[in-house]
Parts: sequence; C-alpha cells; structure tokens
Amino acid sequence: MRVPMTEYLFIDLDTERWICRICAHDFGDARGNYKEGTLVYDRDPREIHPPVIDPEKYEFTFSPDPAFCRILEFYCPTCGTQIEAEYLPPGHPPTVDMLWDIDSLREKWEAHGGNPEEVVNYGPGENAVTDLSARFDSVSHAQPGHAGHTHREGAH
Amino acid sequence: MTLTHNQSAPTSGNTDDAQLLTDQEQQWVDAFMDETTLFLGPDPAIMRHHEIMPRSAYEEECIAQGIDPLEIDRIRKRLAGALDEAFEMCESMGAAPGAKWADLSCAVYTAEGDVTYLSNRGVIAFSAVLHHPIRYIMKNWKDEPTVGINEGDGFFHNDSRFGMVHNTDQSMLVPVIRGGIIIAWVGATIHEGENGACEPGGMPSGSETPFDDGLRASPIKIVEKGHLRRDLLTFLQHSTRDPKLMLADIKVKMGAVRRIMDTVDRLIDEVGQETFVASLRVTVEDVEIEVRRRIGELPDGTVTFNQFVDSTLKENILIKFACKITIRGERMIVDLTGTGPEILNRAINSPLASTKSFMAQAILSYWWPDLPRSTGALSPIEVTTEEHSWADAGYDAPVGQSLQASFRGFSALQTAFAKMQFSSPQKYSNVVAPWFNQINDFLWGGTTQNGEQVGNLCADLNGMGGGAKAFRDGEDAVAPLFCAMADIGEQEVMEEEVPFLQLVSKRLVRDNQGFGKFRGGMGYEMIVASRGTPSWGFMTVTSGSKFSSVPGMFGGYGCPVYPLAIVKGINIYDIIQDDPSQFDLSMERVMNEQPFAGGDYQSAHMGLQFDVAKEGELYMIAQGAGGGYGDVLERDPELVVTDLELDRISAQVATDVYGVVWEPGTYVVHAAETAALRAGMRQARIERGTPYKEFVAAFVQDEPPKDLLYFGSWGQDNDEELIATHWGGLEPERVSGKLAELPLIMVPDRRVLKIARLEERVRELEQKYGETVVHKS
Repeated sequence: MRVPMTEYLFIDLDTERWICRICAHDFGDARGNYKEGTLVYDRDPREIHPPVIDPEKYEFTFSPDPAFCRILEFYCPTCGTQIEAEYLPPGHPPTVDMLWDIDSLREKWEAHGGNPEEVVNYGPGENAVTDLSARFDSVSHAQPGHAGHTHREGAH
Repeated sequence: MTLTHNQSAPTSGNTDDAQLLTDQEQQWVDAFMDETTLFLGPDPAIMRHHEIMPRSAYEEECIAQGIDPLEIDRIRKRLAGALDEAFEMCESMGAAPGAKWADLSCAVYTAEGDVTYLSNRGVIAFSAVLHHPIRYIMKNWKDEPTVGINEGDGFFHNDSRFGMVHNTDQSMLVPVIRGGIIIAWVGATIHEGENGACEPGGMPSGSETPFDDGLRASPIKIVEKGHLRRDLLTFLQHSTRDPKLMLADIKVKMGAVRRIMDTVDRLIDEVGQETFVASLRVTVEDVEIEVRRRIGELPDGTVTFNQFVDSTLKENILIKFACKITIRGERMIVDLTGTGPEILNRAINSPLASTKSFMAQAILSYWWPDLPRSTGALSPIEVTTEEHSWADAGYDAPVGQSLQASFRGFSALQTAFAKMQFSSPQKYSNVVAPWFNQINDFLWGGTTQNGEQVGNLCADLNGMGGGAKAFRDGEDAVAPLFCAMADIGEQEVMEEEVPFLQLVSKRLVRDNQGFGKFRGGMGYEMIVASRGTPSWGFMTVTSGSKFSSVPGMFGGYGCPVYPLAIVKGINIYDIIQDDPSQFDLSMERVMNEQPFAGGDYQSAHMGLQFDVAKEGELYMIAQGAGGGYGDVLERDPELVVTDLELDRISAQVATDVYGVVWEPGTYVVHAAETAALRAGMRQARIERGTPYKEFVAAFVQDEPPKDLLYFGSWGQDNDEELIATHWGGLEPERVSGKLAELPLIMVPDRRVLKIARLEERVRELEQKYGETVVHKS
C-alpha cells in the first residue's frame, strides 16, 4: 500500500520506504528523512528571482540577497523532478521537514480500508479531485512520468 | 503585576515560576499583594493561557436542564445573523479605513470570555485573543468598588499586552447581565489605525520602547450605564492624532454592539436564559471536541517549518521563527523553541497572545474554515514557546509592529498544514502553498487637504497574493491572510480624504510570482505622491527585501523580495503638467531609466520610518506574491506563454525557469522543443545535484556567516541553543546560549554606526594626507 505524502512522494507501507511517485526511485527509510535520498543543489536565488530594478545601480532589486538567502533544490536522482525547494540562510542545515510515525500511519489506513492512491484528493470540491496514483505504473521508465500520463490534474 | 498561586504557566523554565508555595504561604502572599499592588498590569495567569475555561457552576446548571441540538443550532444561526449585521454596521459607518475594508470583528462570548461565535466576515484572529481582556475585567473590575460591571457598561482597550491582535485595534466589550449575573458578553473590535504612537497610523516601524507604541489602554470602562464617559473619551482623543476617528468609531462600536444585544435580548426572551447560556457554552466545547477529532484524523508525526525574517524594520538582520508541529493521536503540539530572542529596542516583537491569535487565524481560515469561529479552535492545541523570544515578548519589549512576528505564527501553521494534511483522505480545505504574509502597504500621516490631522494606512494591505493551490494558480491580490473577504478599497474615494494620489495603482509587476507547476497569485505595484498638503509623510513596515518572505510548496518556488523605491527632489505633478508623456510610470522604468532630471533615486528595504514627503516626490512599492506549488517543469506550457503574453513573466523566466519554447510574436508553444528542453533541464539537475550527505558536508557550517546579524537556533538538532548578535559597543559580537543566558539584545542606532564609520574614514584620510586636525568633542 502506497500513501501519497506529498505531490511527489509516496510512503510504501509494505516496504516502509519513501519512493518517488513519478519514477519509483527509493529515497530511503520511511521512518527517516526523505531528503537523504535526494540530490541537492545550492541555487543562487538571483537566478530564479530576476531583478526588476537594475542591480548595478541599487542594492534592493526584487532579487533575494545571496548573502542572506539560498535556495536548496532537492531533486529525484532518477527522474530529476524537483520535489522540494527550501529557502535557507547560507550554511544553515537543511530542514528535516517531515518525520512520520509509520506504525500509526499503517493503522489508520488499515482502519480506513481504502486505497490511498485512489481516495486521497487535494481537498473538498470537485476541482480538488485528482489522481495521485503512481505515474510509473502507467508509463515506461524511459521517460518516467513526464509524457503520456493520464492523471486529471490541471482542472480549473 | 499580580502574583497568583500556581498559575504562572512556567513555560519559560524560570525557576522562580516553578517554586510552589504552601497554602498558608500563598494566603500570606495573596493578602500582601492585595494590600500593596501598585497597579494591575497584564496577568500571566490570564495572558499565557489560550484554553477555554472550565464550565462554571451556572453553566453546568444550565446544561443539566437539557440540550436540544436543533435549538442550539437555531440560536447559533440567529447569533451569526446578528453578528453579520453588526459587522456591516461597522463596515458601513466606521470612520477607520480598516473598518471600511473589513478589518474588524463582532463576537458573542461566554461569561468568562470564551468566544462562542464571530461574525462570518472579518478578522478571525480575534477569536483567540479577546477572552484575555474579558477575563481581566472579570477578575479585577467586577468586584472592584471603584469600577464594577453593570448593565449598560462598555469596556475599551487596545494594548495587546492585555490581549489584542495588535495595538491599532480598539475594542468595545459589553456584558450581558440578567438577574444581576453576567451571563455573556458581546463585543465589536476594529482596526482603527492611528493610536498616538511615535509615528502615525498605529503600526510604528520605528518604535524603540513600549512607550513609542502609542496608546496603552488596559481595559477601562468607557461606557457607564449606557453613557459614554466624556472624561475618558477626552483622554483617548487627546492621546492620538485623530480625535474625530476616536469619537466616531467608539460610537459606531456602541451602535453595533447594541444591535447584537437586541438579538440577544430577544433570544433570551424566546428560549430562556438557561438555554441561551447552555448554547454558548456547548458551542465552545463542541468546537474543541471537533478540533481534537480532526487532529486525530491527521497522520502522527512531526512537521518542521522554519522562517527567516530579514529586518528589524530599521536594519537588515536575520531572525528565525522556528516551528515544529507534532501530532500524536488527538494531541497537537506547536513548539516555537529555537525562535530568536526579543530585540528590546525594535518594533517587531509580538506578545504571545498575539502570536497565538494568528495561529487561530490559520486554523479557522485555512485548515478548518467550516468550524464556528470560537476560542475552542485553538484551545486543545498545545503551544510551547520561550518567554522573551520575539514571538513571546516580555512586558518591556516594544510591539508596535508585532505583525512581523505574529504573521509568522500564521505562516508556520498555514504552510506546515499542506504536509500535515496531504495524505489524509478527509480534508476540510484544499492543499495550498504559502499565502503571502507581509504588510506591503503605505502608512501615512499629516494634514489633509481638508485641514484635518490624520494617520492611517492604505487598503492595499489587503491585496496579498494567494498561495497556489494543488490544482490551480493562486489568485492575484486576492485577500490578506487575516481576512478572507477584505476589500482593497476605492482609490478615488480615498483620494477625497487624503492628500496623495496613487499614480500607479494595482499594476502587476512582471516576475512577481512564486513559480511552480501552479504559480502563486501575483502582487501589484503602487506609486504614490503627496499633493496639496502642508505636511505629509509615508512609512512602510515590511520585511522581506533580502530574504523571501514565503517559500513555495512541494518543489515550487517562493515569492521574490520587495524593495522600497523613492525619488526625492522632484515634483512629478509639475513634470507631468509640462510633458504629459511622462505619465508613464512604473518602478522598473522610473528607477532604471531615471528619467527625471535632478531626482535622487534610492532603493531601500521596506522598513521606512515616517518620511516627510514633499509634493510630487515618488514612493514606490509592490504587493507580494503567494508561493508556487509543484515542479516548475510540470507547468502547462500554455499557461506559461499566457503569462508571458500578458507580461506577467519575462522571457528569461519562461525559458530558464519554466523551460518553454515558443514562437515569438504568436506565442505558439513549440511542444517538441519544449519537451526536449525540459528533458535536458531535468538531466541537468541530475548532473549538478549532489548526493544529500555530500552536499550537507560541504554546505552546512557550524554557525551563520560572520557578517550576518543572526538570531535564533542554527539547524534544528538543539533548538534550545540560540545564536544572537550582541552590541556591547559599536561592533557586533556573536553570542550563544540558552535564551535565559543571552544578554539583553539592543541594536545601536544605525545613524550612530554610520557616523562612527565616517569618522573612522576621516581619520584614515587625515593620516594618509598628513593633515593635523584637532577634533573637539
């Protein structure tokens, strides 16, 4: 049984592993920090948030100051999906943002009886209905998840 | 200050608080304190507790007579109708700009002050803070011979140390009395703005002591047996810059409360006093029970979300707002340990009650918006803080711009909830990325074209960009985090009352987005200039000019940062009159092209203390964007080119961030090239990314960069150990230790530091050129 824990991460309750919802990459022990299974890049924030006013003339420009702020991008090592982007001061340890009680999670889902991939939605309302099933089950691993999948996201 | 037996909530670990007295010793202390109390300040036994009160004997008696859920539902609906009616009265008649745009609330409370029901519109944070003043009144004034509580009385307060969202808000709290017993309270509270602080508008970015924060009204009886007390009213009017506002809105609140009271009177006549009391009490309890049940639906675990705030509003620093939320069954613990210390001469500190009030805002507006707005919503959630952190400021810390910390209390809960609830099969709200959380707005003050003294703020505060949802883009300039149905006002109406024009109003700024599979809602820019006034000035009260205020969610990016841009030494009205083609204003054009000869073009962070604005000088800011959701490379390319065509994003962002290839001129997406570009970008990520452990080994440092003025824990392994920057002299030094061990933190005046640097430079130059100058002190 795989439980969608974020947009791109499952916890597989059978194997107790974090896995990528796009390509099935194994990020590690579900009782631990999924980030340990990612690739990380220290992004200069000015590359993402371009200046609106001229940085040659002004100190404050709409671009974050790289001496204050870095963007850590966490990628899936197999499919390259960016599963998290964390804004941190330079040198600050990455945040262990989620630690879950797997026994409790299992108990809850066993009590529920449904398939998490089918019953988890983005919230109440018709437009929040989605398909959070594994993309790797429906497409080839050659282009994991990024071509031809049939999920219903994007409804406005 | 009152000392009370075993009630001082020793969350700080202060050993004095932990000393328990014997009953005999406590009696002696109580007797001594009763006889010798200097004055009745904020009471920790009240202020450190957000839980609903236990049932009173009378409430037990009323409930014991039987509960009919349908009748209670009818009572709730009647009260909701009355509160909404009162809300609209305040909105329609209120003199405060905030009132006109829904920054207010009306409520019914139990006898002990728990909010039973709040108006559907307005600021929900009030549901978790106004029990404090009522408990203070009940504890201290009910049996006080010189005060007392009688039918027709009304109490006023604004000081957040006694329980208020922040000091700009002013209350009217009125008891419901039957047979000599207080059985409930009703109230109206409005963001009034001007409060006599060191700067106009009520939210001073420049306050350096609590006395700079302005009016410090503890709960006082402003209305006695139906009559507004002229002596106290005069004192309040005399204490602020806008006496007309004070008079008008006290009367508006009295009228609104009277309208609620009419419904309450009729309800009590219809259903009986006992049923009415039981319904109030049961509603509060029902909400608490339901919140516990919903916590139990969430997965057990811990979600951590740390925020870094880059400004004291006078200088750039980096201060942490730490938050770990742990769920165990039906328990939820919100732990802010690791949050930076209070800064004793800066305005950004927040009282604990104000910080908690915005946690309730997140819960009732973004987690479970279907629940009645009641004190019961936050009540079962345990909140751990360290007293004298900037989110739990002590009595002596200025709190003039406490929203800097308290809004982070909102973001902590709102942001973490996407992760907390994602896997839950039962949701009561959508998965949403972080909402924008800053006060990107102009405050203003001076003499109007009508000759009146005023101080207040623009409605653009309410134009915050919404966070992206998991299934659609965030909405542009949709609503402030504290009020879902607020208005950004009619600019032309405002210009009749205040002497400045918004020369650019509500124009979206290109690339002002939180990028993602779905992007955050955008913010707009504002350009203002005073006109036709003998004296006028503007302020800004915002952080987030160096470090993004909100991140994205699940791979999406956060908002950019926001500068303040000013052009001094020009009169834009003369320029436009001479050459109408110059009325082509945007922050980008004005600052980059510098088209006005003689202008002094400046950019700065968004903590601007009151700045005298001469006629026609330009002040420019932009409202903020919500966070993006999901991987940018999953964004529908058609949505990308639509934003590009509308100039919402630049070509650089469309290409480098979103990886889209299009036909210039027609904006037709080249699907194959886009797929190829994106595949290449994914491959590039894999190639440049470093395995986590290797990355941590190279990136993580033992402490912050040397030049960063940092406050808070570093990492999360030992949140009790804080790093801070201390100025023993003019040079900053880094200190560390537990909060109680740190020295008091006060930041030197930046002008003093600048003068010291300039004097040092003068000495260097004198030595270099051999000039002998006698410097007399």
